Amino acid sequence: MIKFLFKGVIRDRGRSVLPIIVVSIGAMFTVILHCWINGIMVESLTMNANFNNGHVKINTRAYAKEASQMPIDLAIIGVNKLTKELKLSNPDFDWVHRTRFGALIDFPDSIGETRAQGPVTGWAIDLFSSGSNEADRFNISEALVSGKIPAKSSEALLSIDLAQKFNIKPGEEFTLFGTSMDGSMVFRNFSVSGIVRFGSSAIDRGAIIIDISDAQLALQMEDAASEILGFFNTGKYNDEIANNIAASFNKKYASSMDEFAPEMITFKQQEGMADLLNISETMSSIFIFVFVFAMSVVLWNAGLLGSLRRFNEFGVRLALGEGKNHIYKTIIFEGVFVGLIGTMIGTAIGLLFSYILQEKGLDISGMMKNSTLMMPAVARASITPSAIYIGFIPGVLSMVLGSALAGIRIYKRKTASLFKELEV
Amino acid sequence: MENRSLISISNLSKRFKVGNGEFLALKNINLSIAEGEFTGLVGPSGSGKTTLLNIIGSLDIPSDGTAEVLGKSISTLSHKQAAMLRNLNIGFIFQTYNLLPVYTVFENVEFALLLQKKTFAERKIAVMEALDWVGLTDKVKSKPSQLSGGECQRVAIARAMVKRPQIVLADEPSANLDAKNSHHIVQTMKRLNKELKTTFIFATHDEKVMQYLDRIISLKDGEIEKDEFVNHAKNE
Ligand SMILES: Nc1ncnc2c1ncn2[C@@H]1O[C@H](COP(=O)(O)OP(=O)(O)OP(=O)(O)O)[C@@H](O)[C@H]1O
Ligand SMILES: [Mg+2]
Repeated sequence: MIKFLFKGVIRDRGRSVLPIIVVSIGAMFTVILHCWINGIMVESLTMNANFNNGHVKINTRAYAKEASQMPIDLAIIGVNKLTKELKLSNPDFDWVHRTRFGALIDFPDSIGETRAQGPVTGWAIDLFSSGSNEADRFNISEALVSGKIPAKSSEALLSIDLAQKFNIKPGEEFTLFGTSMDGSMVFRNFSVSGIVRFGSSAIDRGAIIIDISDAQLALQMEDAASEILGFFNTGKYNDEIANNIAASFNKKYASSMDEFAPEMITFKQQEGMADLLNISETMSSIFIFVFVFAMSVVLWNAGLLGSLRRFNEFGVRLALGEGKNHIYKTIIFEGVFVGLIGTMIGTAIGLLFSYILQEKGLDISGMMKNSTLMMPAVARASITPSAIYIGFIPGVLSMVLGSALAGIRIYKRKTASLFKELEV
Repeated sequence: MENRSLISISNLSKRFKVGNGEFLALKNINLSIAEGEFTGLVGPSGSGKTTLLNIIGSLDIPSDGTAEVLGKSISTLSHKQAAMLRNLNIGFIFQTYNLLPVYTVFENVEFALLLQKKTFAERKIAVMEALDWVGLTDKVKSKPSQLSGGECQRVAIARAMVKRPQIVLADEPSANLDAKNSHHIVQTMKRLNKELKTTFIFATHDEKVMQYLDRIISLKDGEIEKDEFVNHAKNE
């Protein structure tokens, strides 16, 4: 019987082609969107780890509470020793310290008057020591639009939006005005060694990047930094290990009441991260739901047309003694079959497009202009194993739903007038 | 004919709702049909032939009275039981052949046996035999669209006969056929009636068919006007 139905579906193009096309398209879009959302997510998370949080992050308790204000007066003191200890106890991690600070930069004209001035976020990272991975983490060589990476003290990278706004070229000098760790006004001269574009509006809008040693000098933060970050040497975040390390680190300070005691959080524990992780799943689910709904309506109607065309066939089958339930079941079965074929085709095409999107990416920086989220400007798809089966959910479900709705007609058939409607 | 009665109908009426009123399509029908009969319901269009055939075939139910087919009262059968009765015991032949266009001749004939869950070996033997009865063993792989009208109707006969039903109901089987083919298919059915003792009941107003019938039940306005057995001896 099953073979008999297969033959019918395959031979009767009118029965299978339209539904297969509809299912394919739906499955294709599901796969592409899934990969794409996933890709944006993975890239956002990677950027977030690299730029913001590391895989684990240490702040003082006081700093952590007000981190968004970048309060360098609450920075960790004694970072060299702490970092050394961490390197010893957790060699699987790359431990670095960074300082983030708010400041004002001022470009003078030829006679020393202010030509341009604006607030910036300063990122002080380890650019100079040999073996530092920080420049790679920030992907600076890719991000450089012009100029080069700072090679010596008092050199800085300037973000693209600022450089364009002020019309700054590499080589120009500026003065950084800031607040020292103990609250006094400080300033220091820098020269622009290069212009960078990270592709994330949140950074590109207004940032400078300098070496951590320069920041310690400029802001009078001897042996201090606002944060210590740990990165898995494997490059891959492992929540279980991160949790263990954070727990054992925090245990050491558990009894301390000191506001300035260090405190470690994992990548996942950072504020809003759990939500962010849920977003991709939620978005995929929403798309799937929408596709199931829209495709079901289309397939329902296709099914109605189909059963109109097959009026005679169902009549004969009823006359030959096939039960209505049985016919209904075969309609659903055909639906599953067609749904599977369509999904396979759609998934294959979807994976192909996703692959292209994975390699090429799509520029979405226009949409992200005002975003403070750390999002990549070029959205790339990322193919995961789930992309192979995700299309089957809307593909098969909508086809079954569509067939089930259309098939209900069979129960309205009067056996007494099986062919009447056709014998005009 | 003292054969046991396969079909017995008593005081049967059939009403159809038409608009607000009712239309009486069959009036007080009393009829008994025995095993092996080659019977025809004849009469003008609208006289109730198809309606009566449908009730005998468990596709419809009487409004009043009873119709017993193979010992089962049609009005009391559930949908499933009616389907089962049709599947096992009743073959249908229609005016418009109603073959399934996507399937081959073999598959069309095979379908009824698939419903009965027969094995492939059983099906193959039965299908080939049925196609042999109607002389179409060389067309097993053809699609209905590749066949003539006469051939289509012969496939339909094979499809009705393949499960060796006790009763075959043929509603205007010759209406779409030319004279030669009409004779051919009725002769085929007559032969099967003789060889297999299958009871055939026709609904027809085709003279060519009538001349083969052993019994002619004339309907007019839903009533039996005449019911007579034909003595072929004098014709032959
Ligand atoms: N489902 C129905 N609803 C209403 N009236 C019906 C229905 N089926 C049949 N009738 C009526 O019952 C009468 C008998 O119809 P039936 O189809 O049995 O005639 P028939 O003898 O087979 O005619 P024909 O030779 O044209 O096939 C007709 O007047 C027809 O209009
Ligand atoms: Mg009729």
